[in-house]
This record gives sequence, structure tokens and C-alpha cells, in this order.
Amino acid sequence: MPESTTVIVGASIGGVRTAQALRSEGYPGAIVLLGAEGELPYDKPPLSKSILAGGSTMAEITLLTTEQARELDLELRLGQPAVGLSTANRYVELADGTRVAFDNLVLATGARARPSPWGTPNGLHVIRTAADARALRRHFGTTDHLVIIGGGFIGAETAATAVELGMRVTLVDPEPVPMARVMGAEIGELFIDLHRRRGVDTRFGVGVESVHGEHGSFAIGLSDGSTLAADTVVVGIGAIPNDDWLESSGLEVSNGVVCDVYCRAIGHDNIYAVGDVCRFDNTRRGGSTRFEHWTNAVEQAVVVARNIARPDEKMRHEPVEYVWSDQYDWKIQTVGLAGSSTHTVIGEVTNKAKFAVCYPDEKGRLTGVVVVNWPKALVTARKAIALGVEYVEFAERLEAMTVSARTTVKETT
Amino acid sequence: MAVVKANLGACQGYANCVVAADDYFDIDDDGVVELLSVEVPESERGRVDSAARSCPVSALWIED
Repeated sequence: MPESTTVIVGASIGGVRTAQALRSEGYPGAIVLLGAEGELPYDKPPLSKSILAGGSTMAEITLLTTEQARELDLELRLGQPAVGLSTANRYVELADGTRVAFDNLVLATGARARPSPWGTPNGLHVIRTAADARALRRHFGTTDHLVIIGGGFIGAETAATAVELGMRVTLVDPEPVPMARVMGAEIGELFIDLHRRRGVDTRFGVGVESVHGEHGSFAIGLSDGSTLAADTVVVGIGAIPNDDWLESSGLEVSNGVVCDVYCRAIGHDNIYAVGDVCRFDNTRRGGSTRFEHWTNAVEQAVVVARNIARPDEKMRHEPVEYVWSDQYDWKIQTVGLAGSSTHTVIGEVTNKAKFAVCYPDEKGRLTGVVVVNWPKALVTARKAIALGVEYVEFAERLEAMTVSARTTVKETT
Repeated sequence: MAVVKANLGACQGYANCVVAADDYFDIDDDGVVELLSVEVPESERGRVDSAARSCPVSALWIED
């Protein structure tokens, strides 16, 4: 009879990695991993890229097979979303009425696509789940013109994928420079150029007023008075944490489950949250934050597993944020907090892009770096921000790396 | 002893492994993982396992 049971609600990256990390930590109790979807746990980043393009199969993005679950002695229960939680009686209730008892609970229910304000006519898609990506891919075969509403990472990646599949693509966003939200206006312009060079029709600074029609005959009314015709529409306007089911649980929920620096729900020593649903006390940012980043979920999983398995050696979650996006032949990676108007660009921006943009905080320390196609700069940046180096010193170090790279090329030719 | 394995063709240079365990992993100029150490003693197993599992493209694993 195991001494305790940890129930993990949510079987995407955060939930699966927590289960695996618990075993790595030597956690001896029972582990139950609950998944809302019927399919084996899968990884989400490829959904807007290789899965949509048809280059990867679901088997290739599976996070946990039945056999791997058995090897780790995890009980994998799929196909039933959690609908309620009793913190007093320590059980999670599933949609079919089943109650799953826990000693420790990990909330990893993630986020869902923000719903389309224009309804869900046939041919209008969001991309969040494997089923979403498959449905969109089915319509790609009969799509000449694709309109994407939302110029964030999902929209931009979908644009890149669709262009490479030969579709005409229009990308619409109410912000004049959509990427300015994460990397400042000037750098954001570089990413607009990237899409324009590939033939994407960008309509930025323009809102969508209406979407009429269905697959093959959409008419999209824009705020500048123009109308776009489209065969298929993708709506990529952000995500909403899946915390509604916790509304009457007594947990503090405010755009995510409110947690302390240990990713532990406020007021509940045996309840934790990881991934997109976790709003944690972020000492680096000096306030509570919720991140929808793959790496953050993976790092939180390690922290939470440690805190459950070895409560006497608690670990704080103090991440240096790391987000990536692959668009065409650009690997775009953002470390820390980027976007301030003061910044330095180092490397080759045009032609064969390989550059980094460094951002300082008000005290002159390096606070963020955006890296494009420059792996060594990425590694250097991730270490440097964690250590808290000076902005100027870091910029000089990167500059020296470009010089030494050029010298090497000269010597070998 | 357990050893670290890498699928160099799958590696995309995300560098999560380096951040998790820079005594085992580095990234070269081409953005491909370099194994700095291969053998994983039992005492290091958890940490190196975590580093391997932080790879976004599952290019790393530990073999007994």
C-alpha cells in the first residue's frame, strides 16, 4: 500500500514532466495522471509547425506512451476532464462523476485558445490541441487564401507554415507592430519584414469588424473599410487559463491559480500548480506572473516534484524566461525581459540573419536578449542573465564573439 | 554506469540542457549539443535526467 498518492490534473507537458520528475526524485507514492483528452499525452509546440505542415506524426510528438507510464508506475487516466475539487475531502471530481482521492495535488490543466469572437463557422479554426491542428490541416488542401487573425507567435508560425505549403496568406492584427509586445517596436519591424519578404500580406494596425461566410467563401470586414475574401480563417488571439473548474474550490484563482514562490497554492500546503495555469510569486519580476511558455512548465515541474518528494529541501521557482518561435529559416529566441527602447543590436541582421538584441534594466544590468539564428549567443545570454551581468559588458562580449567568428572564417579560407 | 546519449541530428540548439546541467552539456557554434561528460553516477541521475527531459525535441536520454 503506497504511503501517499499524488494526483496530477492535466497530461500536457507540465503534468507529464511533473510525474516523471517525481520518480526521478525517488517519490515512492502512487501517481495518478489525469488527462482531459482521449489521446496519449502529446507536445504542443509542433502543432503550429511540423504537425500542421504534415512533417511529423502524432507518434513523434507523444510525451508519454502507455509502456513508459507502466515503467514509471504511473496510473494514466485519459478522456475525462476534471470538473471539481474538494480541498477539505481531498478529491478531484471528473466529468463522469468519478472521484479521485489525493494526498498531494498538482494542477496542470493548462490554457485553452481564446475563443473566436466571430463564432465557429466551418473553416474558422483556432490552434491549441492536436484535434485543432488536424482539423485545420484538413482544410489546407482546399485553401488558396488563408487569413490569420492575430500576429502573435501562433499566428506568425501558422503564416510561415502556410506560406511554405504554397498558400496565399494575409496576417491581420490590431497592433501596428504585433511583436512590439515582446521585443519593442524597432525589432518588431524586423519580424514584419521577415513575413513580407516571404509574400505574406500584412494588415497591421487594423481591427477585424466582422467575419461572414464559411470554408471557401469567407468575407472578413476590417476596420479600415476593406474586405478580405478567404477560404479558411485562423484565429490566434491568445489563451485563457483552464481554471474555471476551480471556481468553487476555495482556491485563490485570479487569471490562474495563485501560488507562492514554491508554486504552491496559497493557503494549501499539499496543492501545487505548474504550467500555463500557475500564477506564481515571481521574485525576479517583483510580482505574480503567469507564463505560457514550454520551458517554464518544464522548470516548474522539476520544482514542484522536488517540493512534494523532499519537502524539507524546498526549491523556489525563479526562472529566467525563455521563449522560442520558429518562422521560416529564423529561429527566434527570447531570454528574460526584452522590449525596452534602449538596446544594442549585434551581428548580421540582413541577408543571412544571425544576430542578438540586448536590453538593459534601469540599473544597467542585462535583463533580456532576443537571439536569431545564433546558438552560441543564446547560451551566453541564458547564463549571463541568470548571473546578473552588466549590459555593456555583455554587449562587448557578444561583439567579440562576432569578431572571433569572422577571424576564424578568414583563417580557414 | 548509466550514460548520456544524444541524437545530434534532432538537436535544435535550444540550450535548455546547458542551463540545467552545464557540466554535462554545451552547444557548439552550429547549435548542436556537445556532451562534456558521458557517464552519469547514480548521485547525478536526477539532475541529468531533468536536463535531458528539458530538451524540447527529446534529443537527449540516459541509457543504463
